[in-house]
Amino acid sequence: MRVNLTVNGRPQEADDVWEGESLLYVLRERMGLPGSKNACEQGECGSCTVRLDGVPVCSCLVAAGQAEGREVVTVEGLAEYARQRAAGRTPGAPEARAGESASLDAARRWQAGGTDSQTGENIELAPIQQAFLDAGAVQCGFCTPGLLVAADEMLERNPDPADEDIREALSGNLCRCTGYEKIMDAVRLAAARRSEGATT
Amino acid sequence: MDFLRPASWEEALAAKAEHPTAVPIAGGTDVMVEINFDHRRPEYLMDLNRIADLTEWEVGADSVRLGASVPYTGIMEHLSTDLPGLALASHTVASPQIRNRGGVGGNLGTASPAGDAHPALLAAGAEVEAESVRGRRLIPIDAFYTGVKRNALEPDELIRAVHVKRAGGPQQFSKVGTRNAMVIAVCAFGLALHPGTRTVRTGIGSAAPTPIRATAAEEFLNAALEEGGFWDNGKIITPSAVKRFADLCAAACDPIDDVRGTAAYRRHAVGVMARRTLTWTWESYRGARRTTEGAA
Repeated sequence: MRVNLTVNGRPQEADDVWEGESLLYVLRERMGLPGSKNACEQGECGSCTVRLDGVPVCSCLVAAGQAEGREVVTVEGLAEYARQRAAGRTPGAPEARAGESASLDAARRWQAGGTDSQTGENIELAPIQQAFLDAGAVQCGFCTPGLLVAADEMLERNPDPADEDIREALSGNLCRCTGYEKIMDAVRLAAARRSEGATT
Repeated sequence: MDFLRPASWEEALAAKAEHPTAVPIAGGTDVMVEINFDHRRPEYLMDLNRIADLTEWEVGADSVRLGASVPYTGIMEHLSTDLPGLALASHTVASPQIRNRGGVGGNLGTASPAGDAHPALLAAGAEVEAESVRGRRLIPIDAFYTGVKRNALEPDELIRAVHVKRAGGPQQFSKVGTRNAMVIAVCAFGLALHPGTRTVRTGIGSAAPTPIRATAAEEFLNAALEEGGFWDNGKIITPSAVKRFADLCAAACDPIDDVRGTAAYRRHAVGVMARRTLTWTWESYRGARRTTEGAA
């Protein structure tokens, strides 16, 4: 079957989608967006977390057909999403999207190995992404995309979270490398930078 | 596999009548796991997400009509006053991502003995609104669970909503697991005080082939509270009565040994949760009485 949906601000179409296929599979295998990770396929690990019409969900548990006509934001679109939010525009709204750069095509062109992408230099990341790098909250990196999407959404709702709020918001995202202290540090850092930015 | 996309409830009922084997999918938190793991290959998958009515709720005089697809997040945010037991249970479901998608309709459809909503529904008192092209009926929650992952729905029926009694007194929910999140219940217990009818209702999860009420324990406690005039005098319930209630709740269980826990542990834990939830709710009831009397 054919599925039409909006991914990171751009209308997309997927053909020959199997009826039992997950949104995660469509994103990774049909749209070339491997940022959302495939680990448990049962909603336990959160590494496939995306925003579906703004709401954080496990994309492995959304049937592709259920995403028909809906808006999806993946980790590849997070920086642009955050930029539009900071500019006071409704992220994902069609008028705000025209001519913006973080398209699916741009995300597809992205390659690991370039100096910039390895170091993060000269690439404007979302504040939460920058905070994860600065706090050393990334080890193997497999859980990171899901954590970024979930943490970014929490900070959108709750700019000044208590530690319990962070723990609860990230309770559906498992990390098996670092433990969670650096991740907590990163989210606290992003929140602190945001409140500093708001007061200056 | 065919993917059915009814745009309205009427279309969904017609599709289910035409294809009784169609598996409804809403939040997908049960169905997609089975498909991802190749445990299930339904002939038809029927998406209910396009039916907006299913995500709405209405607060009536006596009960809340809760749409089958209202996500747990919505129950926690909007219904914690009217349905406190269910809101507490909702908060223990998995993780934010799952609570954003899953709802009570799916919990009832799956009818797992470990479903978190069941003890709260049993304790509060509820009816499941099932519908087919043949008509609509309300199934009392006590009659809904018919076996392990089996329910009273006919093949052509869909769950439209669940009607849950609005709380007339304190309610509690307790769940045993290895962590605070992402955990399937080892066992769970719901308890609701109904001062209007001077009754206490219970719900036990994951400790029998289906979710159950501890009816013998309820009958004992209702009689003890009545006899001692507790609903009026607001005294602390006699410890021996609390213990007897907890023992009867444990005795109501018919658990199994499995990877999550032994039958003996489940029985013990249900007794502990029964004692605690009764104590918590009764303290809350007494506190509310004192406040009311103080103001009068």
